[in-house]
Amino acid sequence: MSKWSILTDGFVKNNPTFVLVLGMCPTLATTTSAMNGLEMGLATLFVLVLSNIVISLLAPVVPDKVHIPVYIVVIATFVTVLQFIMQAYTPDAYKTLGLFIPLIVVNCIVLGRAEAFANKHGVLESLLDGVGVGLGFTVSLTVIGIVREILGSGSVFGWKFIPGDGILAFVMAPGAFLVLGYLMVLFNKYLKKS
Amino acid sequence: MEYIIIIISAIFVNNIVLSQFLGVCPFLGVSNKLSTATGMSGAVCFVITLATLVTYLLNQYLLVPFGLEFLQTIAFILVIAALVQMVEIVLKKISPSLYQALGIFLPLITTNCAVLGVAITVVTKEFTFGAESHMLNLGQAIVYAIATSIGYGLAMVLFAGLREHLALNEVPKSFKGLPIALITVSILALAFLGFSGIV
Repeated sequence: MSKWSILTDGFVKNNPTFVLVLGMCPTLATTTSAMNGLEMGLATLFVLVLSNIVISLLAPVVPDKVHIPVYIVVIATFVTVLQFIMQAYTPDAYKTLGLFIPLIVVNCIVLGRAEAFANKHGVLESLLDGVGVGLGFTVSLTVIGIVREILGSGSVFGWKFIPGDGILAFVMAPGAFLVLGYLMVLFNKYLKKS
Repeated sequence: MEYIIIIISAIFVNNIVLSQFLGVCPFLGVSNKLSTATGMSGAVCFVITLATLVTYLLNQYLLVPFGLEFLQTIAFILVIAALVQMVEIVLKKISPSLYQALGIFLPLITTNCAVLGVAITVVTKEFTFGAESHMLNLGQAIVYAIATSIGYGLAMVLFAGLREHLALNEVPKSFKGLPIALITVSILALAFLGFSGIV
């Protein structure tokens, strides 16, 4: 497998949201606007890349029996680092994303990539895999955020181009499930190669 | 009165799956059959309550006095993972029948974000009761945990019932499986939106 295909697999073939269907909680909860979706995606990307690197280095020395707890501690450490960084430099984003920043620890994407990829591959490959999957996640979240923001408040990234209030339900819980459902239908129809 | 507000709010108004989006993965994963949905809800209820009790005490008597609140994420996830493992071992010995019933669901619960979500919520979020708002005390935290998991069970059982009917119908190819399930959840969430404003 070439390095390029490792990087690009995360976008369509292994898209974490639409194909693997992992990490649904932040996907649904934080995509109330395009900006929130983008921020959540980047936060996950940060943890994913760093934990992939460290886990690929640790994997050969960790006994098989305790590998899951070890991985969880590594991931939780990077989440705590991320919490500090966000509190210091992007306090607003930290406040809006709230609970879902500490919950990156239990995001199945991060542990999933550690189990499925990083513990069997070298540092460089794991880094590329983390970047690829993380960007795939970021793009999916941003797309869902854009759709919900247009329908719910008539704007994109805060730039309002449809006057009026928009359909409030799309910013709230039902809209999240509905938009994700229909985007998944479109993904299945046009992008998935079966 | 505060207890009633907590219960109504956690079960209906701020339903953990349908309005807070916690524990969505297992919600979609094991809701194919009514029986597995009930089993999973039971296991989640058990673990959420126990985990909230332990993490609340840990936070109150260890992390806060030493100014270590920033370790919450790491400490809580370790406690939950250890707790799930321990519950598994104890149940196996004490009540093999219950262990059989919950068996496959227990290990899955460690990565259920509902557990960590509730544990973090009760120690960081201020709850509003009418005019005043304050942090929950231990009793209220436990009631909140139990009510939340009842809400989880309610959503899960309702959705499993819908899904069993869904399985009998023809749906277009691109909608098969998850997409149609998500659209169904959306309608269910819309129904739960009707509860907002009660408390």
